Amino acid sequence: MMGIFDIAVVWAFIIAFAVFVYVVLDGFDLGLGMLFPLFPNKADRDVIMNTVAPVWDGNETWLVLGGGGLFAAFPLAYAVLMPALYTPIIAMLIGLVFRGVAFEFRWRSRRERNLWDIAFAAGSLLAALSQGIALGAILQGVHVDGRQYAGGWWDWLTPFSMLTGAATVVGYGLLGATWLVMKTEGELRDRAYHLSGWLLFAMLGAIGAVSIATPFLDAEYARRWFTWPNILLTAPVPVAVAGVTVLLLRSLANKQDYRPFFLSLALFALSYAGLGISMWPYIVPRSITIWQAASPEGSQIFMLFGVVALVPVILAYTSWNYWVFRGKVRAGSGYH
Amino acid sequence: MFEGFDAVVLARAQFAFTMSFHIIFPAFSIGLASYLAVLEALWLWTGREVFINLFQYWLKIFAIAFGMGVVSGVVMSYQFGTNWSAFSDKTGPVIGPLMAYEVLTAFFLEAGFLGVMLFGLNRVGKNLHFLATLMVATGTLISAFWILSANSWMQTPTGYAINANGQFVAADWLKLIFNPSFPYRLVHMVLAAYLTTSLVVGAVGAFHLLRDQRLAGPRVMFSMAMWMATIVAPIQILAGDQHGLNTLEHQPAKVMAMEGHYQSHPDGAPLILFGLPDQREAKVKYAIEVPKLSSLILKHSLNAPLAGLDTIPRENWPPVPITFWSFRIMVGLGFLILGLGLFSLWMRWRGRLYDSRLLHAFAMAMGPAGFIAVLAGWITTETGRQPFAVFGLLRTVDAASPLAAPAVASSLIAFVIAYFIIFAAGIVYILRLMAAPPHPGEEGPRADVPTRAAGIAPAPAAQGGHA
Repeated sequence: MMGIFDIAVVWAFIIAFAVFVYVVLDGFDLGLGMLFPLFPNKADRDVIMNTVAPVWDGNETWLVLGGGGLFAAFPLAYAVLMPALYTPIIAMLIGLVFRGVAFEFRWRSRRERNLWDIAFAAGSLLAALSQGIALGAILQGVHVDGRQYAGGWWDWLTPFSMLTGAATVVGYGLLGATWLVMKTEGELRDRAYHLSGWLLFAMLGAIGAVSIATPFLDAEYARRWFTWPNILLTAPVPVAVAGVTVLLLRSLANKQDYRPFFLSLALFALSYAGLGISMWPYIVPRSITIWQAASPEGSQIFMLFGVVALVPVILAYTSWNYWVFRGKVRAGSGYH
Repeated sequence: MFEGFDAVVLARAQFAFTMSFHIIFPAFSIGLASYLAVLEALWLWTGREVFINLFQYWLKIFAIAFGMGVVSGVVMSYQFGTNWSAFSDKTGPVIGPLMAYEVLTAFFLEAGFLGVMLFGLNRVGKNLHFLATLMVATGTLISAFWILSANSWMQTPTGYAINANGQFVAADWLKLIFNPSFPYRLVHMVLAAYLTTSLVVGAVGAFHLLRDQRLAGPRVMFSMAMWMATIVAPIQILAGDQHGLNTLEHQPAKVMAMEGHYQSHPDGAPLILFGLPDQREAKVKYAIEVPKLSSLILKHSLNAPLAGLDTIPRENWPPVPITFWSFRIMVGLGFLILGLGLFSLWMRWRGRLYDSRLLHAFAMAMGPAGFIAVLAGWITTETGRQPFAVFGLLRTVDAASPLAAPAVASSLIAFVIAYFIIFAAGIVYILRLMAAPPHPGEEGPRADVPTRAAGIAPAPAAQGGHA
């Protein structure tokens, strides 16, 4: 945009990629957790759990890469944002703790009414809500003084951050429901289809609400989206959202088990691109740009070797893991 | 309620609490992953059924311990930013890349192959499954490599420069990664993980042998665990001694605190066995000492002079009482472990390894010793680094986030409640698995699903019809 394409920009894209992969992969995990209360039958829950048991740990690792990568490549942003988002981050971590241990614990509990199912659902909801609130809190900007966060520990709490929190919950729910459509059969799949339809409409409403609210946060956001010639770049985003929505509705109506999940991912990708357009080139909106926050070039280059060499390998064996556990999961079949 | 506490003290309490909780699981899973790899290799090599039974038995326990390690580890990766943002800003350019490499080379490797290791034996075949187990075990060791490098750099920083923003930046990556205390700490910690696991495995074996000496699984695991303790305990004591000498060279104040040496001893320092260090009066009360022994251990000469904390400005003193006592707990347990190893060797030689009730009771009592020793060792080294976060360069008080005390207090309480719930549950579930002996035809982590689901679900007919 400003003709600047240097290592800091490369790293901004790497972090954005890691966060996106996290949102995509753990999004459906967390979505499944939040849908748990709607599937009270134990056999259904066992199937739902078994669709993600072999992959959830790898999914969550992308969050560690996002956080660790931010720490390493943009330490100033990490140092400012983490205290600013203190409460949502801690809440997210505690949510992730409960839903993470539930994957193993629920098989070990002898109670009929499994408390770890509640931990799984509540932990997933808390984590998803916190992530959405954190996103809203970043978009609305934080108080920075020098190289430190200068606001209070409740600054994040605004109607806008509540809106983004709710939007994320709905979005993850859609990913979870369409994942179930892809991975299950019979009555369970039919109910997932039904839920997917409702969640798609809720998701569209959420995208619309966040898109309308964002320009009111700051005049710069409005200018970014609605002035000539920027509009040439920004207009295709809502058009593409409309197109994907039509395809998604058709795939739901025609019961094409695999398509709804990937089309939902496309909706996420478009929303994510929209966020990127709004934020660029800031990493802490309106305060700190990616260049101001960047680690020295030496650190970024040192890590770039690792990323270039290892991320393709990681993607390869992660894909292999998904391939090993491909296909529909049947009731009672477990993994053995 | 928290007016009396300042945010830095609370943040330190929070880090100590979440870290202590976390370290237990990697200490166990590093050792257990390697043990599982050995068991699977022995099964593939000999074809003996007892090895695959033991593998499946410990795999179920590994699944729980690993899960708890993962979730408490994710917390750690964000603690730096939430509670130690000034530290993050200043050290991000040097410590961040080490952690990024840990994620890229270790965490993904473990997570990527864990699913196959836990649930995939019948899907991918024996050889690919063994590869997955090896990858997970390798991942745990690579993870130890990077995180101990980062921690060691905070203890003995080298290879850095400081830029205009006051940030540490890398001058020489090799010197930074292989900083002076790193090799010693890595060896000491990995051996500690192996010892910790062997003590747990030994205790479970002993528990079942006390009930029935003929059980094949417990006999094999007990024998393997006792070999490990016998061989590794003396090596660990040597490694610990070398680590201590390295600390004396680079962080003398820590050794002074460990030894309780407030005063300098120009002609031979005594070894204080026990006593009550009093930080305010700067002396160890009721000390029981062996004259000259400290100089002999640290300098290999009876009359070698040893400096005390009186040569160091008081504002740079570590808190002696904690460091002094945690060090003694670690060393004491280390010698008890050595004793267990030697006792088992004697019993083995006399052909009584599987029927000495005294040995089995001793091994059972030592089951948690490794965890306690690991925690005590970490408390020694981390407390001994105080009052610095990066030794000699960045004070802990200057490393904290600009947060109000109530914020930190609330999150501390939340973590304490959450961790006590999951810790209690996790221990119960692990002990329950350990309480049953491994049996022929032992099944993997998720094999109990069908029977349990059929027993509890009202009727399979509800899902039937389209299977």
